[in-house]
Amino acid sequence: MNLYKYASPATFYPLAGKMIPWFAIPSAILFIAGLYVGFFVAPTDFQQGDAYRIIFIHVPAAWMGMFLYVLMALYAGIGWAFNARLASMMASSIAITGAMFTLLSLVTGALWGKPTWGTYWVWDARMTSTLILLFLYIGFISLQSAIDDTRRADRAGAVLALVGVINVPIIYFSVQWWNTLHQGATIRILGKPTIAAPMLAAMLIMLAACWLYSVAVVLIRLRCIILEREQNASRFAEVNA
Amino acid sequence: MLRWIVWRDLTLAWRRRADILSTVFFFIIVVSLFPLGIGPETQLLRSIAPGVIWVAALLASMLSLNRLFANDLQDGTLEQLLLTPQPLFAVVFGKVLAHWIVSEIPLVLIAPLVGLQFDVPRDTLWILLVSLLVGTPVLSLIGSVGAALTLGLRGGGVLISILVLPLYIPALIFGAGAVEASIMGTSPAPHLYLLGAFAIVSLIFSPWATAAALRISLE
Repeated sequence: MNLYKYASPATFYPLAGKMIPWFAIPSAILFIAGLYVGFFVAPTDFQQGDAYRIIFIHVPAAWMGMFLYVLMALYAGIGWAFNARLASMMASSIAITGAMFTLLSLVTGALWGKPTWGTYWVWDARMTSTLILLFLYIGFISLQSAIDDTRRADRAGAVLALVGVINVPIIYFSVQWWNTLHQGATIRILGKPTIAAPMLAAMLIMLAACWLYSVAVVLIRLRCIILEREQNASRFAEVNA
Repeated sequence: MLRWIVWRDLTLAWRRRADILSTVFFFIIVVSLFPLGIGPETQLLRSIAPGVIWVAALLASMLSLNRLFANDLQDGTLEQLLLTPQPLFAVVFGKVLAHWIVSEIPLVLIAPLVGLQFDVPRDTLWILLVSLLVGTPVLSLIGSVGAALTLGLRGGGVLISILVLPLYIPALIFGAGAVEASIMGTSPAPHLYLLGAFAIVSLIFSPWATAAALRISLE
């Protein structure tokens, strides 16, 4: 079987359609399971009460936000280097999901911060670098949407994403250093070194659910992008009809 | 070739001196707005001075980035430059160097004067000058990537700041950090070394990325 044939948008389109339910349905089941374990099985935290339960969405969202940026840059780079249209389309479709997760982790972090620390926002190193990550996503998305020519949009986005990937560790360490310089005591995001087994289980189930959700949504968006860009290709005449 | 590019850009800039001056005045005006908005307490002003001056420098250098390639694109010079047998990153490096001399050096020179408005101690004014001298090449270098990517796009001016400002953050942190350390009486050297390291990293990567972006934009 030749896997490379799926690098063509026209061949991948029906395959993506078949794959979506395989990710979407397990994702929904895991979301329900994760929320059940998170809300009913995991014990109430001794210090933070029930407010801590927001980590079951907050931590997976933060991880996904960071990971999807690297994945997006990887796809954009592949699309640029090998002139693979599908990889570039993949990068554009990951960007929005990644930005959504980053925003979600900031919002849930703020909602968690209010009852726990008494403030919605502190200039904590992790929060600040997550905010900057969101800015990088916004830059990528707005650059791509400002360019009408899709070839140029793909490549320009790839350059920006790769420059961003080189910069992310530098930004992360500089922010961390800046933070320790300004604040005497840094507030630890996870207050305790040990974490109860049901809490960890709920978090991992939610992480898997977020993963599967991302794959499903990215594939759905990818199908839309393929339709949008290839609407003039003859092979899609029957799909459009 | 490099010398020719730098010389040409400097000559062009000299013939439109008003552009350089407007960037400098923008810098001075932005910095002067802060005491009006915050209040004239000397203690407070001295503690915010490093951040305010550095942020104003970031914003002022944004203004001039649009001109980096746009004029050359309009009169067709840029296409000719892309066709030269010399490597494109050398051409880019020359243009960035000229941009730094034209747009950033005046800011560096005027900054100590602006620092006096904030009652920055005299020894610290030197550190401010040095931090800007080491840090502003980063602004020109990373900014050139943004300028090349947004070349000829509608709304390029706003777009370029969205792309480039987040990437400037390490320079802001180390640059303002050096000045602040000096005000607090500790050594600014670690900040300056890290700023220098960041400048070297961007010196290696940026001309290459800008050259790639120019080829993409002019296809």
